Amino acid sequence: MAKVLMKGNEAIAEAAIRSGCRHYFGYPITPQTEIAAYMAKRMPKIGGTFLQAESEISAINMVYGVSSAGCRVMTSSSSPGVSLKQEGISYLAGCDLPALIVNVQRGGPGLGGIQPSQSDYFQATKGGGHGDYRLIVLAPASVQEMADLTAKAFDLADKYRMPAMLLADGTIGQMMEPVELPEDMRTTVYEKPWAVTGTENKREHNIVNSLYLVPEQLEKKNIERYEKYKTVEKNEVMYEEYMTDDADVCVVAFGIAARVSKNAITAARAKGIKAGLIRPITLWPFPKDVIARTAEHVKGFVSVELSMGQMIEDIRLAEGCKKPVTLCSRVGGMIPSPEEVLKAIEDMEGGAF
Amino acid sequence: MAVVFSKPKALTDAPLHYCPGCTHGIIHRLVAEAIDDLGILGRTVGVAPVGCAVMAYDYFSCDMVEAAHGRAPAVATGLKRAMPDRIIFTYQGDGDLASIGMAETVHAATRNENITVIFVNNAIYGMTGGQMAPTSLPGQVTQTSPYGRDVKTVGYPIKVCELLSALDAPYYIERVAVNNVKHVMAAKKAIKRAFENQVEGRGFSLIEVVSSCPTNWGMTPQKALDWVESDMIPYYPLGVYRDKSKEAE
Amino acid sequence: MAYIQVLIAGFGGQGVLFAGKVLAHKGLEEEKQISWLPSYGPEMRGGTANCSVIISDTPVGSPIVSEPDILIVMNLPSFDKYENAVKAGGCAFVDSTLIERKAERTDISVHYIPATKMARDLGIPTLANMIMIGKVIRETGVVAMDGLRDALSKTVSAKHQDLLEANLKAIEAGYEYKD
Repeated sequence: MAKVLMKGNEAIAEAAIRSGCRHYFGYPITPQTEIAAYMAKRMPKIGGTFLQAESEISAINMVYGVSSAGCRVMTSSSSPGVSLKQEGISYLAGCDLPALIVNVQRGGPGLGGIQPSQSDYFQATKGGGHGDYRLIVLAPASVQEMADLTAKAFDLADKYRMPAMLLADGTIGQMMEPVELPEDMRTTVYEKPWAVTGTENKREHNIVNSLYLVPEQLEKKNIERYEKYKTVEKNEVMYEEYMTDDADVCVVAFGIAARVSKNAITAARAKGIKAGLIRPITLWPFPKDVIARTAEHVKGFVSVELSMGQMIEDIRLAEGCKKPVTLCSRVGGMIPSPEEVLKAIEDMEGGAF
Repeated sequence: MAVVFSKPKALTDAPLHYCPGCTHGIIHRLVAEAIDDLGILGRTVGVAPVGCAVMAYDYFSCDMVEAAHGRAPAVATGLKRAMPDRIIFTYQGDGDLASIGMAETVHAATRNENITVIFVNNAIYGMTGGQMAPTSLPGQVTQTSPYGRDVKTVGYPIKVCELLSALDAPYYIERVAVNNVKHVMAAKKAIKRAFENQVEGRGFSLIEVVSSCPTNWGMTPQKALDWVESDMIPYYPLGVYRDKSKEAE
Repeated sequence: MAYIQVLIAGFGGQGVLFAGKVLAHKGLEEEKQISWLPSYGPEMRGGTANCSVIISDTPVGSPIVSEPDILIVMNLPSFDKYENAVKAGGCAFVDSTLIERKAERTDISVHYIPATKMARDLGIPTLANMIMIGKVIRETGVVAMDGLRDALSKTVSAKHQDLLEANLKAIEAGYEYKD
């Protein structure tokens, strides 16, 4: 299969189509407009839906409608727009509906900026909308992963009947890399007997609903949902380990921050410092176990993030406060340089933190 | 013995929770009769709102989706785009459709989305206990307009049919009432027509039903129906506001 | 093992991003590891634009080029901004029609190409970027001239395939230019 050069955002769109998604709803916002533009071109030609909604809120509710009908569906946006979608995401979670939400993050809070950021980590992994729920959160670090994890997200969302989020950033969205796309990226076809496709007068009516006025019922629903989340945590953790075997300093970073960190680790190794990287690919479920294991033999961890320090809280929880964890970060659309990460690695190695 | 009257198939056996004298029951029945008459029950999907009619998903026997407050037209858009051969209707109140969901309403209308919208206007938020609605009349006393709706500070009621008929796209818009038998018969015809339009693929149809809320208006059911006639209908004139089948002739 | 980092900068509208794409597509044809990263946002037209291209035999780490081996600049602000970023021993390519000053660095090799004037004289005024690319290929061999047509045809959008010959002509002109 020939590799082609594609932008990260375009790779998401094409992979979604090849994963059987035929319905896309969105609203323009930088830096993810290529996804909508791609869908606008392709969907009409393959009998799918591209609709520019009147707002992010409408877009996510159109997604809710299509998902209720049992079809694969997605929306994409960037940070401020994803905030608007939170209402609908909570409803999707509350109705156990699968869907893909793509967040190509930009700097915040508020209108923020348009340059890359990872400061929606809390929003993506800790809730975002109201109520007790989780999203499957996947963090691509290359254009190839933009495609592969899009397919994976659709699969996991259907498998567990829950919304999944692809948490990318402006850099990975905008950059071009060679990518290989299989013709058909669907894995399993999931039966959806719960979908509201019309009773055909042959069965009781299906109801897609998140309202439970009887507290006992709502409690039961929540507990059941969390049992499902436990299964996800058990089965679906994904991460990459890079030179961690003999590492004295372990960097933890995802997405673009992990790319920069690899340069820093190469530089550190050249200087004789044994540095390694754990790159979470699923941010929820978070790769707790590998971090706990690694804590046994490293001097400490460096969390490299494009935020004021969000994932660092999960690293500390995972390693059980046994080892020091420092933060190396730039925010507001800035990206840490390999030199800055190297400095943080050296500080950890030398005990100067 | 011949059966001369029975419950429509499109309604379940669940007992309605609505207050005594509330006209939601009548409107549910009219919607169900239209679905039965057109023989579309097996391929209809309804979207319930947030508000008094939130539990409409238990009352209609077709497949149902419960939408977030105001979002029913967006949800219906998703359903219709995914299943163009299914009949999709929304059932919404005035707060849902004309306040928090105004953007969804206007844009579904201007896309001429091939769906049927049943809009129940009783000039008040019922479920939450009687707050001022976007359609509360000038001077109307509610929990959040205790001195009467003051148009100088909170503006005038929104006339949804008039507003939407300023758009080029929507196919059919009519305002009806259910405060007397004659009006109920006219409402039944309008609602059926709104579903027929969708079956024929003609586009967006909205039927506004001027309704009553004896509980939150603080009136007896009869008094409330009288108030619909004396105060509501003069402000919200009944009639067809848009009928593209006429324009085509 | 080659790991070549290229930074191309100029005004929006000069085809800076496109020039980067040509290198990226050619690199891909040569089965190299590639990344191409544009600046994005309101500078698309008229402001400053830049793009990072990495062409490598090993997997690409960070796609952000902060210390280029090869710098291509097409306006003065970009030269002022990035001259000091070039790696010692690296090279800079300067459009001397638009940038009058000479380099201050002495530890890099600098090539001055009157690309904007050449493009105008050739009747292809929008293709100064391709003239620069021709010269870069000549001096650095970052990609080969051989097979450039294929890479170019993949870079040029379907509706602009008629501009393929003009682009090739510009690249050849840059390739032949002796500074």
